[in-house]
Amino acid sequence: MNQDNQIISVKDLTKIFDGFVAVDHISFAVKPGEIFAFLGPNGAGKSTTIKMLTTLLHPTGGTISMNGYDPTLSPHQVRQTFGIVFQDPSLDEELTAYENMEYHGILYNVPKETRRERLKELLKIVELWDRRDDFVKYFSGGMKRRLEIARGLLHHPTILFLDEPTLGLDPQTRNLIWNHILGLNQSEGVTVFFTTHYMEEAERVAQRIAIIDHGKIIIQGTSDELKKATAADTLENAFIALTGRDIRSEESSSLERMRVRRRIFGRPNR
Amino acid sequence: MKVIYVLWLRQLKRYFRSRARIVGSLGQPLLFLLALGFGFGPIYTKAGGGNYIQFLAPGIIAMSILFTATFSGIEVLWDKQFGFLKEILVAPVSRLQIMVGRTLGGATVAVFQGTIVFFLSLIFGFRPTDLTLLPLALIFMVLIAVIFTALGTAIASFIEDMQGFQLIINFVIMPTFFLSGALFPIEGLPKTVAVVSSMNPLTYGVDALRGILISSARFGLITDLAVLLCVAAVIMAAGSYLFSRIQI
Repeated sequence: MNQDNQIISVKDLTKIFDGFVAVDHISFAVKPGEIFAFLGPNGAGKSTTIKMLTTLLHPTGGTISMNGYDPTLSPHQVRQTFGIVFQDPSLDEELTAYENMEYHGILYNVPKETRRERLKELLKIVELWDRRDDFVKYFSGGMKRRLEIARGLLHHPTILFLDEPTLGLDPQTRNLIWNHILGLNQSEGVTVFFTTHYMEEAERVAQRIAIIDHGKIIIQGTSDELKKATAADTLENAFIALTGRDIRSEESSSLERMRVRRRIFGRPNR
Repeated sequence: MKVIYVLWLRQLKRYFRSRARIVGSLGQPLLFLLALGFGFGPIYTKAGGGNYIQFLAPGIIAMSILFTATFSGIEVLWDKQFGFLKEILVAPVSRLQIMVGRTLGGATVAVFQGTIVFFLSLIFGFRPTDLTLLPLALIFMVLIAVIFTALGTAIASFIEDMQGFQLIINFVIMPTFFLSGALFPIEGLPKTVAVVSSMNPLTYGVDALRGILISSARFGLITDLAVLLCVAAVIMAAGSYLFSRIQI
């Protein structure tokens, strides 16, 4: 693997929560400007991996290089390179849509002129410009989602993380948002790292796909390669062939599991 | 600087937009002034202590700052719950700046609250001995507010969720309040209690406010100032460290 040619490079990455292995020695690399889909059933380790890449969690083992920096050693440099749309809401509901955008721009040191201009452009794209002075707490789920996506794009990130960005959005909005992201990918060469449960979405936009299950990457390649390897006609069927038909428990993200254990058994020494 | 400003502004906006919160947090100091001031007043006077409202008002001002400040700090837990903390944690800004911005925001709110209580106490008959010293009182109010906002943030950095909230009220805030001399003079306390009380930063805050407002400081303003400054520095440093270690 040529380290210099990769914008994200992960080797033997492992995360263990109180004895539970959430991510188990995974390795992968993403090229600059690539659109990379990270797929897997609920609780497979997707969000935990994203949290380690984005400095929110420290890995138990393995190495990460983000744009040449290690998130554990140089979190500040890493934070300057990416934008993220989280799976769960991360807006301040007591503020207006405009304030949420504006404060984000200030935190990321976007100059005032550029900030105002881009803010308006993005809010118009996600069709929230007319609602900009309303408090976020009065927004519907879809509106909040759109605002989060607009916010994640405000500071021109080099790498864009999208953790199930289109969850709960109608097809119109989903199309609108993907078209915009693809446009940014084309015009500015933004690297996109995303997770989704919509397989047709992954098939349509991703240049490369990795599938993770039980903390391990079981396959990576192009959509065609994945279909060929499983002799499936669609990515959805390939996915089911690889990860089985069992339904995973929705609530038990690895972190939730850790918290429940802590509440019951107390905090073990680590 | 812009980062500190924007985090400060956020705290203020959140506070001033919630009228219920402003009015609600005035209820407690009002009740204390009313119930204790008028309830214990005659006994205190009979025992030779003088006018109890004069003694009590600085304590109640300190109390309202203590509560508002600590709760502002603990708002980190709300941010954890509602997700905004993630947005702050992935931002390319130093953890110290985040801590300073949050603390100043919470402290501003608490000082504002303390000022309202000061004016309320005037209605109840409180008369400061020298009005020209009020700016000096404000300095001490800011110090108390900074200490307890930072303490709240520090605590919120290592407790997991809202379940630990009651624990903090009963084992941190209440003892800090009752053992600060806000309600009764420390002089007459049993030795062990007096020792604990002398390790409580709020004791020095209350003492300083009394020194300025009714010219009766026990330790002296210089001692009070020195102690509060040291405690503020230590808690800010500890809070920043704990905050920088948050993982979600």
